[in-house]
Amino acid sequence: MQRIKFIARKELYHILRDPRSLMIVFAMPVMMTFLYGYAINMDIEHVTLAVVDQDKTADSRDLVSRFYNSGYFDRPAVAPDLSDIEQLFRSGRAAAVLIVRPGFGSALTRHEKFDLGLVIDGADASLGAAVQAYTTALVNQYQIDKLPIGTHPPGVFISRQVLYNPDLKSSHFFVPGLLGVILMTISALLTSITIAREKETGTLEQLLTTPVTAREILIGKLLPYVVIAFLDGALIVTFATLMFDVPFVGSHLLLVLFGFIYVATALSLGILISSVTKTQQVAMMLAQTTTLLPAVMLSGFIFAIRNMPVPLQAISYIVPARYFVRIIRGIMLKGASIEVLAAQAAALVGLMVLFMFLAARKFSTRIG
Amino acid sequence: MTERVVVDLDHLTRRFGSFTAVDQISLEVYEGEIFGFLGANGAGKTTAIRMLCGLLLPTSGGGHVAGFDVLTQSEQIKKSIGYMSQKFSLYVDLSARQNLEFYGAAYNLDRRTLADQIAALTQRLSLGEFIDRPAGSLPVGWRQRLALAAALLHKPRILFLDEPTGGVDPVFRRTFWGLLYQLAEEGVTIFVTTHYMDEAEYCNRISIMHAGRIIEMGRPFDLVRDHGAANLEDMFINLIRAQETTGATH
Repeated sequence: MQRIKFIARKELYHILRDPRSLMIVFAMPVMMTFLYGYAINMDIEHVTLAVVDQDKTADSRDLVSRFYNSGYFDRPAVAPDLSDIEQLFRSGRAAAVLIVRPGFGSALTRHEKFDLGLVIDGADASLGAAVQAYTTALVNQYQIDKLPIGTHPPGVFISRQVLYNPDLKSSHFFVPGLLGVILMTISALLTSITIAREKETGTLEQLLTTPVTAREILIGKLLPYVVIAFLDGALIVTFATLMFDVPFVGSHLLLVLFGFIYVATALSLGILISSVTKTQQVAMMLAQTTTLLPAVMLSGFIFAIRNMPVPLQAISYIVPARYFVRIIRGIMLKGASIEVLAAQAAALVGLMVLFMFLAARKFSTRIG
Repeated sequence: MTERVVVDLDHLTRRFGSFTAVDQISLEVYEGEIFGFLGANGAGKTTAIRMLCGLLLPTSGGGHVAGFDVLTQSEQIKKSIGYMSQKFSLYVDLSARQNLEFYGAAYNLDRRTLADQIAALTQRLSLGEFIDRPAGSLPVGWRQRLALAAALLHKPRILFLDEPTGGVDPVFRRTFWGLLYQLAEEGVTIFVTTHYMDEAEYCNRISIMHAGRIIEMGRPFDLVRDHGAANLEDMFINLIRAQETTGATH
């Protein structure tokens, strides 16, 4: 126990003695969050929307102005020729056309069914889907605002309902997952070089002539980084919620708890890498390749795991990010409780034990 | 000097692939003795010393260090020995004191013993001036003293020194050997590799290694006399040359 404490303390000295590296440790994840957060943005804004208002009532004008004031839609630069919508799309002068047929205003006051027409340029499928969703949301909101409280909206327009992310902002969906990916990469990188560095400088040889055991070295090296990686995590979660306006509806305490488990798992992977590599260079490369790509592709961060080929789904079970992406989304977006997420956390603990066990087996207290 | 054997090796061998780094060496070292391991670079000295410290497993043969089997009891061996490697291997970004505290903990010394030992060794090795400076900023000679202090914290019975005075000026080397003599007087057995002939003369006994094998062993003075050489250096060079010619005629 005392030896683990001293190894941890020594490791902490190394970290604190090198303020420049420490700065990188904190600046890098913030930079990554910033860059990826903006780069991976599937939101559409400023879609050119042409409007055919045949109703010409105060209500229809109000509806149309809400579309243009939403920030998602722009008026066409020149008044379009609405007789030929195909030509409009082909020339790129508009991406969608909203048609308000006569009778909209009166249907609204009489609480009657009414169909709005929406023509979408489907060439960009994701853009089309987004326009459809935004339109539905805008029209629903319009009705809720217009009708007296307690009245049931006619229901014609409610073609779909979007849960948890009513704005359909992709940042809400991506940013929490992104935090999982970044934490994974950074954490594994932190520990991957710790043992490899001591192999390179020769200090490990000296250490191995003492009665210190492999387990003591591995755990002692892991501990200080749990604190560092956790602070990193807290920093980027705070940064991301402020920067990208991501909601945080769940329990902060729960995220703290699961965050600790997650970084410890990621750091264990780094320790495993460090115990099988001889140089820092190789260790860093291995840490990058074993964390970044799987965390992005196989965690459900962007692509749904259930839609993947079975072998990839099987591999995803040993990707820690898979569990944490669900945890962090669950907590930040849905306010999920500990019971719901316990299985994910248990899987993380299992992986951590596995990584440390393998590291202890691979790490020899002999050299050569 | 008592006649208690603290290191005995029996045909100790280490191969790396098809290369035999240490080839069936057998020897005995007695308590309180300064035993020198001589040989050119690549003769197998470091490999041999690493096997004795429990850092490397022998391929065949065996031996005992401080009464423990080198094949099966490396944990017990590690508690009874101190080791100083060729290259400075303490933490350069930690202060001298932090290094000593760390190694004290590695040897499971309690707080009190550790504090006493650090104070005693700091004084004995005149490290006081440097104790709170980063180890990496110390002049070479002081680094070596610090490494010696780290190896002595737990009062080991046997000290393994792998070319401890490389790159150090003669005055420093002389004082360093003065310290080794004191330690030997106190009953510490010292197993030292070197390729400085003046250092070899300080040893009670030496063994000369060539291509993994021990080709000569004895008291320095006896060896010089028996070979009819002018001094140890001549004897060493003649011996190595003779080996290389016989090797070449094969």
